[in-house]
Amino acid sequence: MSIATLLSDRRAVLLLGLLAVLVVAPLGAGDYLLSILITILLQAYLGMAWNVMMGFAGQFSLGHALYVGLGAYAGGALFVHFGTPPLIGAIAGMVISAAAGAVIGALGFRFKVMGVYFALLTIAFAEFTRILFDHWGWVNASSGLFLPVSNRVTNDVWMLRGSATMFYYVILGMAVLAFAFSRSLLRRRIGYYWQAIREDQDAADALGIDVFRLKMIAVIVSASMTSLGGLFIAFYNNNLYPESIFSMHRSIELMLGTIIGGIGTLFGPILGAAVLTVLGEGLTVAGNAIGIDGIKQIAYGICLLAILILKPGGLWPWLRHRLGLDGGGR
Amino acid sequence: MDATFFLNVTSGGLLTGLVYGLMALGLSVIFGVMRVVNFAHGDMMVLAMYTAFLLFTKLGIEPVPALPLVAGILFVFGYLLQRFLINRFLGVSEHIQFLLLLSIAIIITNVMMMVFGPDARSIQLDASFESYSIGPLVLDKVRVIAAVAAGGVALLLGAFFRYTTTGTAIRACADNPVGARVVGLDVENLYAVTFGIGAACVGAAGCLLVLLVDVHPNLSSDYTLLGFIIVILGGLGSLGGALLGGILVGLSEALSGALIEPSLKSMFSFGLLILVLLLRPHGILGKKP
Repeated sequence: MSIATLLSDRRAVLLLGLLAVLVVAPLGAGDYLLSILITILLQAYLGMAWNVMMGFAGQFSLGHALYVGLGAYAGGALFVHFGTPPLIGAIAGMVISAAAGAVIGALGFRFKVMGVYFALLTIAFAEFTRILFDHWGWVNASSGLFLPVSNRVTNDVWMLRGSATMFYYVILGMAVLAFAFSRSLLRRRIGYYWQAIREDQDAADALGIDVFRLKMIAVIVSASMTSLGGLFIAFYNNNLYPESIFSMHRSIELMLGTIIGGIGTLFGPILGAAVLTVLGEGLTVAGNAIGIDGIKQIAYGICLLAILILKPGGLWPWLRHRLGLDGGGR
Repeated sequence: MDATFFLNVTSGGLLTGLVYGLMALGLSVIFGVMRVVNFAHGDMMVLAMYTAFLLFTKLGIEPVPALPLVAGILFVFGYLLQRFLINRFLGVSEHIQFLLLLSIAIIITNVMMMVFGPDARSIQLDASFESYSIGPLVLDKVRVIAAVAAGGVALLLGAFFRYTTTGTAIRACADNPVGARVVGLDVENLYAVTFGIGAACVGAAGCLLVLLVDVHPNLSSDYTLLGFIIVILGGLGSLGGALLGGILVGLSEALSGALIEPSLKSMFSFGLLILVLLLRPHGILGKKP
């Protein structure tokens, strides 16, 4: 694709423009803004990972905190106990998460546990694992696992020890890769198969698509991607508690942005993450100004409700249309 | 570990299980008729518990006599919720319904957080420390009262669905909403009544559970999950199944708490859930959809 044709595609121009802004953003951003940008990118990344399973293949997982936790604990515990570099921990986490996803998927799909029942099965596995980690001494059980913090001045990307700016570029890189990966998945045969299964599983089956195998691939890909997000959380926060990393609250938070942004779309998870993070931060500031505890969460719930009633298909499909970007693709 | 101890733990779990079953009954009714999974169930439960708490502390009405009142309040709440909000979202994808009820849950829980604060509150009755003893068996008086009341409400509900016109009409909506509309039933209104009934079950259960546990706003997600475990065990949409599931979870919690480790008790419930989902995906007493 030549530069001229690239520039004639408005979507590509907007996307590259956004990327350029994000690349230079740390130069002008203070600590607070940078932490918000990191949160947005992390939520967008996790949302994109969840989107592969739910948005593309139509399998409703309500227990993705399981893969976040497994990725976080694999990387974190190996680092704490053996000083293993995060990259190796990441591979371990991805393998473990893929295996966990494969077990849940195989059990669920083989035994024809579908829809809501499948979603509840995923919650059950996540909660089961949370309580297991709460009692597992090697990872410090419920007292939590702490990663040693040596410095925040020099950046050591190999060991993921360093400043917030370094973490910002790491998560930006992860988000860009996840976006490109999702885009290529959707444009390949496998993406079309998944969408066929999502729209009508029986029809897809009748057409000769190997439904079981393709759903398994969706779970495994989504679980591995999610575990990388968990690894990032472990090294960015430096502390891990089963109570929070495996919590249902995390599973919900992780998919909320994608549902709000537009499920099954490429840009929805990013827009949703930005909208919800900014909304949350804005309401915190407003709530502190008013000085009533809990009002923030109530307003948050009302905003979710309003978006749901006004734009049930998600914000991105609507915004895309308003911006005149509906040209065929996503 | 003697037999008497074992017997007492088992009977305690059984009685608590009946109250759990009553709570799950509401979830089961709502799902059975509207196919809506009520992710705000635990939040409604905590709302009921606080209502009972308020009636006791402000007006001096004990939870058991207050039961019809709390059930009535929750009925109105559920009716309005379904009539003006949830009815608009029937038949949409699961994740949209999920988000809808989640938003409702967030609002309910945080309103309670704002009004009552995060501290645990409890109700102490004179009967709280009394117990019945039958031979070696010692039963807490409040637990027995709660279980008997739960069983009574469940029986009433069963009779309502079987013998009354409204109950039959609701079953018709559950079997075939289009057919129900064709024969002239006001489906929207019946759905609202159904959600009201589901909420009233929660109201009754909350009234009884407040006798057994301290209430605080963060209980809600635990009760939502507990409700799910129970109805899946028994079979979503089956009334007897909800009670059976409640008793099973009550027993499993009591036994694993007493014999192994209290903090592991919900792990056993989830393990039980996974097992049942795989062996009988539609629950022990559930029918295939």
